[in-house]
Amino acid sequence: MDTASLSTPHAVRPEGRKPLVCVRHVSKQFGNGTLAVRDVNLSLGTGEFVSLLGPSGCGKSTLLRMIAGLGAPSTGTIEWPTTSHDAAGKPQRDLGFVFQDPTLMPWASALANVMMPLTLKGIRKSEARERAAAMLALVGLAGFENSYPRELSGGMKMRVSIARGLVLRPKILLMDEPFAALDEITRHRLNDDLLELWWKEKFTAVFVTHSVFESVYLSKRIVVMAARPGRVMADLDVDAPYPRDELFRTSPEYAHLCRVVSGKLKEAIGS
Amino acid sequence: MTPPISPTADHNGTDAEARPVLVTEPRILGLPASAWPRILAPIVIGVVTLAAWEFAVRWNAIPAYILPGPVLIGQTLVSDWGTLSGSLWITLKITFLALAAAVIVGVSLAVLFTQSKWLEMSLLPYAVILQVTPIVAIAPLIIIWAGDVNLALLICAWIVAFFPILSNTILGLNSADHNLVNLFQLYGATRWQTMRHLKLPAALPYFLAGLKISGGLALIGAVVAEFVAGTGGSASGLAYRILEAGYQLKIPRVFAALLMISLSGIAIFLATSWVSHMLLRRWHESALKREN
Repeated sequence: MDTASLSTPHAVRPEGRKPLVCVRHVSKQFGNGTLAVRDVNLSLGTGEFVSLLGPSGCGKSTLLRMIAGLGAPSTGTIEWPTTSHDAAGKPQRDLGFVFQDPTLMPWASALANVMMPLTLKGIRKSEARERAAAMLALVGLAGFENSYPRELSGGMKMRVSIARGLVLRPKILLMDEPFAALDEITRHRLNDDLLELWWKEKFTAVFVTHSVFESVYLSKRIVVMAARPGRVMADLDVDAPYPRDELFRTSPEYAHLCRVVSGKLKEAIGS
Repeated sequence: MTPPISPTADHNGTDAEARPVLVTEPRILGLPASAWPRILAPIVIGVVTLAAWEFAVRWNAIPAYILPGPVLIGQTLVSDWGTLSGSLWITLKITFLALAAAVIVGVSLAVLFTQSKWLEMSLLPYAVILQVTPIVAIAPLIIIWAGDVNLALLICAWIVAFFPILSNTILGLNSADHNLVNLFQLYGATRWQTMRHLKLPAALPYFLAGLKISGGLALIGAVVAEFVAGTGGSASGLAYRILEAGYQLKIPRVFAALLMISLSGIAIFLATSWVSHMLLRRWHESALKREN
């Protein structure tokens, strides 16, 4: 195994001392008998950028949805050790979620779409409007507040979706292959902007992807998964400093990292 | 001629560049240029047909009690306006009250049905039975039970009008994007919030499609029921005027009343289409024009 630049799990991560989410022995079996996820153990540290990388059908989306609270695990638990719990013992998950499609409300303007989580939390309209506008500006969409989703390009719709995911300033942002449907140029730009946001806003990012290049470029840590049944095959640290930019994308170091991760993924698929 | 693409000046290469272009068309007399053939073509056909009709009636000297010409029908419409307009008003009143009741009951039931599967399973079959039973067959019963004729007509028109609104709204409420439903769940939205901010707006295009159908059906229901009820006296609608004029062989009047019903139907259709367009034009596929 190559450990020069990629190492298997650190004993202690500088920012991961107190994990935000602990996934313990989680399995998920669907009604039709499919075992989507088998015995996954994973802890997500505060401030990490983690990619779940794997072929389609490896349960990475299912795992992400379970972390979000959409669908309970069949066995095992998902704990939020640092989060407060309500009277029923349910964790008050402080999270944002970005789907593969922008999933915007077509009848609402970009601003109204970003305001939606604030409205649902009962925040005053004037304050919600201000916060949503600020968040739109942060994702580079100042001036598009009154545009409807139909009037926006695919990349811009995704930006609105990310702004909506971040508008409550969540501790953790879960993203389910958010850029898979975009062209490469737009995807690269959104990758850069996402990294910048993560760097500035200091949230924990969990990013589901099937692209080795995307996962290496973005992540501090890559969790490689295999399919049938979905399970974790490797947990790799990407030892490259942030901020990362175009220079990193074209560096031999990046190419080398991609090759190593590709090898790991191939191993995972082959086994 | 299209200007050459310059990589530096006009294009900044951001994803804003890839936005769909909403087309603005040149306008003639306030209407988009492409709308005019749609308006003019049927008018030309109408004028030609009416002229041929008038010519045929005069050329063959067809008596007015068999087929009146358009000119005589127009004259009758003017001379009988006093009686006919009163009846038109009564028919329209029943139509609009029935349509309003159909909207209120249809939407309320649809909302209730999406809140409780049990309610939908138990009640929807009866709504279907109500819809598939011919209104002329049950109108006599309703007239007997309702006591008041106007109320009976209203009930009949309502029965005909409410089902399209109910079934379309149910479909609309259930067609909200599933991921958005999940998202509302994630943010801990209450049932009411999900209904108000997600399901009702998602159902709007479906509801409006139902409204367009129901508008015409309410008018048909009001007229058909009156044919069955056959009320007399001064407070009767257009259907009774047609029956009455038919008995008296005042065929031009039959045509004049028929014309009023048709025009009312067209007006209702245009009004509901306009409402639909205004509500959906910013966001729904059906109301957007795009360049391909």
